[in-house]
Amino acid sequence: MRPASEIIPLLWKEIRLEWRQRHTFNSLLLYMVSTIWVVYLSFNLQLSQLSPITWNTLYWIILLFAAINSIGKSFIQEREGQMLYYYTLHSPVGLIFAKIIYNALLLLLLAFLGLFFYTILMGLPVQDVSLFGLNVALGCVGFATTLTMVAGIAAKTQNSSTLMAVLGFPVILPMLLMLLKVSKNALDGLDWSASSDELLTLTAINLIVISFSYFLFPYLWRS
Amino acid sequence: MRLASWKIATLFLLIYTLVAGFLGEVPRLPIINESIRNLYFHVPMWFGMILILLVSVVYSVLYLRKPQENYDLYAVESANVGILFGILGLITGMVWAQFTWGTFWHGDPKQNASAIALLIYLAYTVLRGSIEDEQQRAKISAVYNIFAFATLIPLLFILPRLTDSMHPGNGGNPGFNSYDLDSRMRMIFYPAVIGWTLLGWWMVTLRVRLRKLSIFWLEKQTENQFAVKKEA
Repeated sequence: MRPASEIIPLLWKEIRLEWRQRHTFNSLLLYMVSTIWVVYLSFNLQLSQLSPITWNTLYWIILLFAAINSIGKSFIQEREGQMLYYYTLHSPVGLIFAKIIYNALLLLLLAFLGLFFYTILMGLPVQDVSLFGLNVALGCVGFATTLTMVAGIAAKTQNSSTLMAVLGFPVILPMLLMLLKVSKNALDGLDWSASSDELLTLTAINLIVISFSYFLFPYLWRS
Repeated sequence: MRLASWKIATLFLLIYTLVAGFLGEVPRLPIINESIRNLYFHVPMWFGMILILLVSVVYSVLYLRKPQENYDLYAVESANVGILFGILGLITGMVWAQFTWGTFWHGDPKQNASAIALLIYLAYTVLRGSIEDEQQRAKISAVYNIFAFATLIPLLFILPRLTDSMHPGNGGNPGFNSYDLDSRMRMIFYPAVIGWTLLGWWMVTLRVRLRKLSIFWLEKQTENQFAVKKEA
């Protein structure tokens, strides 16, 4: 097995596919921006201000929904025959890792663009920006690893978009709670040592999920 | 009717749990009072749930290694019994919480974590319901079962320890071992755990037999239909 030489062309394929279908990325971005806009108008924020806890929670919930929508399509947008073609050429490990890396990159882009708009409309009550940024990055990688596998499972069913949410939410919840806790610490500007436990646990969960994807995807891919 | 020895043991353990659990001597503690007897019913539900879900995961792994219908039946029925134990654990816990903490739903981390665990396994049953092909269903749900269990473990064991919980042994509360669970209670608690878990496994085996019978019955019926058609 030559993982690197396999993952890179697959990753490149995903990126080019996305570039040729720019409308899907644009629609995701618009989805985020309009959600943020809805939140802004609904909370009537020209007159009032969000409390930091609400700010934090809303950002993560918006990001979670964007992630579920963007990753949910990662096994559906290509036709059945095309998938079969990749399966004859590549190993399952290369395929799932390329998808995970690609989804992580996509989410990172979405998260930081979203954060930009979110900041413009709702301010940035974050005291420790670097910790917050690191946390967002870890969160994107975590969402990507977990939800890519869930998307692979959901894609095998008839009503995959509903199942994506049903299967994904409970699995992602522990990670989300961790992320919320760390980003609350970043908002309050607490010392990094206060969040080290959570950061470690997040990394550990990520590693667990990646290794389980590595073992389980081969059983999923050709069925 | 012949019963296997472990089934007789289950019956004895549970009768012992009920009799000794309600009549036995328990420590007199403020607030908890007599409700401490719920320890024999609430806590074994969680032990039983985790153990039976573990069995379900083991059967899912076995199925992926060697696709046999038998493994899939055990995996799904263990998950069902695990859900039942989870719901019972939640209900016994909620009643206990009402009389000791003051509310049914306290938002305690362990309470939340167990609710999420139930959601995961309810999603598992929904997933099974939405795939038509039997082999596909068995395979894909086995993958989800293992994947979900792997993410459930950190949830159940790490998360409650990071935040404050009213459960004994968490957030500075002393564990059962230190003073609540004296040796008399232990004598009932451990048999209770074993008894309830064995009862769960008994239910699994019965449900699997029922399923096998219904599959057998369906095959018989279609065979008969063919035979009738041939004669006609």
